Amino acid sequence: MPRRIVLGIQGVGHRVIESVWRLGRASRFFMLMLMKSGTSMRRFRLIIREIYFTGVLSLIIIVVSGLFVGMVLGLQGYETLQKYGSESAVGTLVALSLVRELGPVVAALLFASRAGSAITAEIGLMKATEQLAAMEMMAVDPIARVVAPRFWAGVISMPFLAAMFSSVGVFGGYLVTVVLIGVDEGSFWSQMQSAVDFRYDIVNGVIKTCVFGVAVTAIAVFEGYDAPPTAAGVSGATTRTVVTSSLAILGLDFVLTAFMFRGMS
Amino acid sequence: MQRTTMDLWVGLFVVAGIGALLVLALKVGNMGTYSAAQSYTLMGSFENIGGLKPRAPVKSAGVVVGRVLDIQFNPETFDAVVTMSIDTRYQFPKDTFASILTSGLLGEQYIGLAAGGDEVMLKGGDKIMKTNSAIVLEEMIGRFLFNKASESKDGNN
Amino acid sequence: MKSENLVEINDLNFSYGNRAILKGINMTMHRGKVIAIMGGSGCGKTTLLRLIGGAVTPSSGYVKVAGQVVHDLTRDELFQIRRKMSMLFQFGALFTDLSVFDNVAFQMREHTDLPEAVIRDLVLMKLHAVGLRGAHKLMPAELSGGMARRVALARSVALDPLLIMYDEPFTGLDPISLSVIGNLIRRLTDALGMTSIIVTHDVQESLKIVDYVYFISEGVIAAHGTPTEVRGSIAPFVHQFVHGEEDGPVPFHYPASSYASDLRMRGEIA
Repeated sequence: MPRRIVLGIQGVGHRVIESVWRLGRASRFFMLMLMKSGTSMRRFRLIIREIYFTGVLSLIIIVVSGLFVGMVLGLQGYETLQKYGSESAVGTLVALSLVRELGPVVAALLFASRAGSAITAEIGLMKATEQLAAMEMMAVDPIARVVAPRFWAGVISMPFLAAMFSSVGVFGGYLVTVVLIGVDEGSFWSQMQSAVDFRYDIVNGVIKTCVFGVAVTAIAVFEGYDAPPTAAGVSGATTRTVVTSSLAILGLDFVLTAFMFRGMS
Repeated sequence: MQRTTMDLWVGLFVVAGIGALLVLALKVGNMGTYSAAQSYTLMGSFENIGGLKPRAPVKSAGVVVGRVLDIQFNPETFDAVVTMSIDTRYQFPKDTFASILTSGLLGEQYIGLAAGGDEVMLKGGDKIMKTNSAIVLEEMIGRFLFNKASESKDGNN
Repeated sequence: MKSENLVEINDLNFSYGNRAILKGINMTMHRGKVIAIMGGSGCGKTTLLRLIGGAVTPSSGYVKVAGQVVHDLTRDELFQIRRKMSMLFQFGALFTDLSVFDNVAFQMREHTDLPEAVIRDLVLMKLHAVGLRGAHKLMPAELSGGMARRVALARSVALDPLLIMYDEPFTGLDPISLSVIGNLIRRLTDALGMTSIIVTHDVQESLKIVDYVYFISEGVIAAHGTPTEVRGSIAPFVHQFVHGEEDGPVPFHYPASSYASDLRMRGEIA
């Protein structure tokens, strides 16, 4: 029995040491990628190509989810608010929920599972099929040519996707509450506009999405680049990308919210 | 061939993203009506601010003219110093009256400015001399009950 | 650059952790020759190529390419010398997100400022040399294994390198594609005046096209010579390898405890 406990503790220790090791490797990789980003910035065409794959192809899922989230928020908000006779505040509820929290967080989660996993799988497969080694042998740095453009494309796409998510969501809330239920249109917009502050709500929301974009794509490219070059390795790395970046998004969201909205009603 | 269609899509994507940001800023948010860039600050001391919070609106005649920036406690005079940022479009006379009001019975608290008749206008950093504290509901109810009680006592005698 | 030997390997040792992969390898490779490195699976052949390419650093000894010690170079110098060499990977390692044309054009676009029209002509010439000019619009996923290998060959000669290394170029090919690739390697080597190093375990095909053969076994050079010398060799290892015999100096069984004791133990458990 004690032997088992000792083994268990050893296992935990091993895993902790292993994760610290990985974190160190990830940080070094991240620095290396930033240092080599200059070359890929000069060839913006590569980034445009990747924006197409990460941003444009994520549009449909983002827009559709945003619409439905907004519609559900409108419906639920209306149900609750009308008990207090303040159903005209439903616009405020929808807009603040979306702009402050749901827009950045849900868009980032969707982005992680749609684009993040694709980035990891692609880079992992390029490694497994020796494409990265071949590039290295052709005297082309794979971090500058393959990794950095994907990273920057993700960082650029993320705020746009989240903004689209939020605005489509507000429109969804408008559809349900104003068009279907019949909340007064004027008070819907005016209450929303008086409650949503540009500096505190929208700018902070955009800052959040930028942070999430960096986190998700950095995790995705690292997992891909670090994946064991086998089929099992790539699929494991893809799963880890989705899990790690989802946890990172939620954790970072808490930290950022605590900083940004502290002491405000 | 394929490249140009890809560029087109990316271009559309960026345009849609910027469009969404603009919608958020102008239609959802209040950037159209209130800009923090051009404003000046005023201060006021209140005996009791009740539930006033930073970022609460400052209204005059019901129109939002600015926001509460900061609330500090002054340990010498034992009152609350409220800093407000006011839109430069709106100027107020020196003898303006600032009071902490509540919108509705349970709504949020805000600062109401009632303009006076002075010729001289308040400048950035000035202090509003005439202030009126927040009405604290418990105190008001307490006072009301006390008055009632004393009234009925008077009536009995 | 002046020396006639393009690649010089001197007393090269390499180990992964405690496991010695290569022990005291000496080789010289002349310009314009096709050299084969043969040996069983996992004997360190691919590692040897990676050492020549500077992807890994030896424990001791050195590799000189065109007179420069590869692993003493800085990263920039290494990238400079890599422009003079190229490597054909086992399954081609074509960039799956680029078309055949863009794959071959890749290095020209990365390393030169040639105008697009010139690149187009060069790429079509290289593809013509491997017989796939008509396939330049296809994506790598649409190619058969042999065609992918030929495109990869066209890509490796894109910048007219001095040295090409082939990692198992014959694996998984049908007999026709196999001799097509073999002949292409020979022809391109002669036409471009470069040096080819083929790592393979396909004895019959490679003996047809190479000038010199090294046999590696358990990290040391077991034998070397020209194809005719090798075919006639009576050294037991070479004989076993060339004729594909099951047992010999390379044992069929992985080292194990005695068969009888293994079986008895299993009986006791059951």
